[in-house]
Amino acid sequence: MTSPRIPQNFERPLARRGLLKGMGAAAAFATVPGALAACSSSKSSGSSGGNAGSVTSPVTFGSNYSDASPKAAFAALCAAATAAGGPKVTINTVDHNTFQTNITSYLQGTPDDLFTWFAGYRMQYFAAQGLALPLDDVWAKIGGNFSASVKTLCTGLDGHQYFVPIYNYPWVVFYNKSHFASKGYTVPTTWDDFIALCKKMKADGIVPLAFADKDGWPALGTFDILNMRINGYDYHQKLMKHQVPWTDPGVAAVFNQWAELMPYMQTGANGRIWQDAAKALEQKQAGMMFQGTNQVAAQYVTDNANLADLDFFPYPSINPTYGQDYMDAPTDGFMISKKAKNPAGAKAILEYIGTAAAESTFLKTDQWDVGVATGLQAPSYDAIQTKSVAAISSCKAVAQFMDRDADPAMATAMISIIQKFIDDPSTGNITSLQSSAEQQAKSIYTS
Amino acid sequence: MTDHELDPATVGAPRAPRRRRLGRLSGRDKAVVAVLLGLPILIDLVFIWGPTLGTIGLSFTKWNGVGGLSTKTCQPNVPSILNNGCLYGVQNYHQAATIYPEFWPAVRHNLIWLAVFVFFATPLGMLFAVLIDRGIKGSRMYQSILFLPVMLSLALVGIIWEFMYSQNYGLINTVIGHNHNGNAIDWLGNPKLNLWSVLVEATWRQAGYVMVLYLAGLKAVDPQLREAAVMDGTNAWQTFWKVVFPVMRPINIVVMVVTVIESLRAFDLVYITNKGINGLELLSVLVTSNIVGETQRVGFGSALGVVLLVISLVPICTFLYLTFRRESQPKGAR
Repeated sequence: MTSPRIPQNFERPLARRGLLKGMGAAAAFATVPGALAACSSSKSSGSSGGNAGSVTSPVTFGSNYSDASPKAAFAALCAAATAAGGPKVTINTVDHNTFQTNITSYLQGTPDDLFTWFAGYRMQYFAAQGLALPLDDVWAKIGGNFSASVKTLCTGLDGHQYFVPIYNYPWVVFYNKSHFASKGYTVPTTWDDFIALCKKMKADGIVPLAFADKDGWPALGTFDILNMRINGYDYHQKLMKHQVPWTDPGVAAVFNQWAELMPYMQTGANGRIWQDAAKALEQKQAGMMFQGTNQVAAQYVTDNANLADLDFFPYPSINPTYGQDYMDAPTDGFMISKKAKNPAGAKAILEYIGTAAAESTFLKTDQWDVGVATGLQAPSYDAIQTKSVAAISSCKAVAQFMDRDADPAMATAMISIIQKFIDDPSTGNITSLQSSAEQQAKSIYTS
Repeated sequence: MTDHELDPATVGAPRAPRRRRLGRLSGRDKAVVAVLLGLPILIDLVFIWGPTLGTIGLSFTKWNGVGGLSTKTCQPNVPSILNNGCLYGVQNYHQAATIYPEFWPAVRHNLIWLAVFVFFATPLGMLFAVLIDRGIKGSRMYQSILFLPVMLSLALVGIIWEFMYSQNYGLINTVIGHNHNGNAIDWLGNPKLNLWSVLVEATWRQAGYVMVLYLAGLKAVDPQLREAAVMDGTNAWQTFWKVVFPVMRPINIVVMVVTVIESLRAFDLVYITNKGINGLELLSVLVTSNIVGETQRVGFGSALGVVLLVISLVPICTFLYLTFRRESQPKGAR
């Protein structure tokens, strides 16, 4: 009865099982790519990377394209690369959240030759720590396919290229054409028109802007666009690199502008997932929604909603100096890990992927993203994609998104600060949130 | 008093057999003991204590998980990327307590979680157990229903309740007619509300868990005790509190320990709900979000982990103290 071992009898088996499963999964994650790589007949590249390996021996590709349709598109792309004379590609797909979470240990362990990643500081951060291979020789061949601004996105802090892009997508304001036509709304181009339209919608009993931020990141896009509309692109990039303090009046202006819009945004955003906000737009309970095509248009396809009725306009201008010159257009693409077993084969794959033909192959089944090769008009484009190309190319510069332009730790800090702002957009709260952001930025960027 | 009356073989209580000493063991026995004891100890040291001491060490550095650690002291006012793996002193702890806005809310939420479990979930589980133990009609069915949530993983519990709490499409808001964009109750997004919403989910599961532990304990109570109590004219209430409850002391300790551990390791529910932000901060989540993921503030996350370790050590030491004290008490009444 009073045996001290009673507690062990009640220990939850779940905990042990979970631990073992986790250990097994971790071990599998750590060894499988390595085992696969070990099967290839390539010579080990040593520490320098470079051109070891051979163009004909197989390569492995670590992919975070885990959803069904991108996964299929990506498989088609790799098959096309092999058909075009590249080496055979083995794809190792990992759920995208897991992939992003494990990236540091993955790149230091036994990574695949190639891996999927994001342009901007999010790439530069890993390149600067010597985890990626410079791709200057690849860019010497594919450079003609891309504009100078795309090349900048693929360039590390040391001036070398580390990244080959595949697609991007714009962050714009979506609406249903039939909805606007039936109510007699017109597309706003200035802030005053925008607010006037929101007022009209509210009077008509419609939620002006569908809005969701339960995952934390969607609202970062609203901060980005307001900052670029009010203070311009250069200021935004400086703020993201903490060359401008978060206590700056420019940041206060952004939050105050946002506070003006807040009454017209769907309430309770912190408890709503963006998929539900998109549903509110589909069902015409909401008039507009500001988010990426990669989310909204993709959700329309998922829900079998009327994609043909969906349309968008760039965010209205606020400061005439900058007009509608900038937007967030996050770019996804590929990199080669420093520890790649077959860098030569991996580079051959990227030389193919960096062409308009390869992007068209990838986009065959994708109805929301657009290719980044100059002047690409893939035959499979729908109206949204055609308009996206025009919208992005009319910008003087595109940002990547806060969690790709800033230090990842700072983006995490801003997620909770912006959620607190959504809860209480009062002036007093803005001031205290700014000082909290600045204190955290100091500890993250410098020490 | 004669001599032989003092013979220990015939007088007094029979002595407990003397413990076999190590010297009596054969070589093979020693080898078996060494392996059976040594392996778990080794595994424990390598997988539990090694990482624990490593975490404590890392909590005094600034490191992003790439490259090695150095014995240099961190330079002030240089970019983080050049300051990697340096000695940071107690700066991580200082930052957590001063400028990290999530830290104190997380400590508070952990304590609220503990309080709700101790004062609400556990008594509720006890109540269920006592009611079922009294053999009410359909007790097996109730037992199954109440135990069902325990068999689900917490991640699944979070997803199930997502369907209940969803603002525009959830069961609760739909039933009470608060699912329109103007009047929807934001159960999981309102930072004043969401901790309590999630605690309802946690209690739903924990009460069933405590119930099962308690049922096992109640089954072990000698029915004669109750009969004797009834003979002495006690009512049901008195029987439980004056007779059954004291006899259940070992189970009570187990339940208490389980409750404390479950509330300190609370993680899955809030992580599934919103990754533990916006009113659902818990220490375990903060550790994870700083160490795992791209953010990789390993030093800072380790410092938070050490804080959680210190908090956890309090109930662990209490439990060990009680256990060993019981063990050292001689068997049998004196």
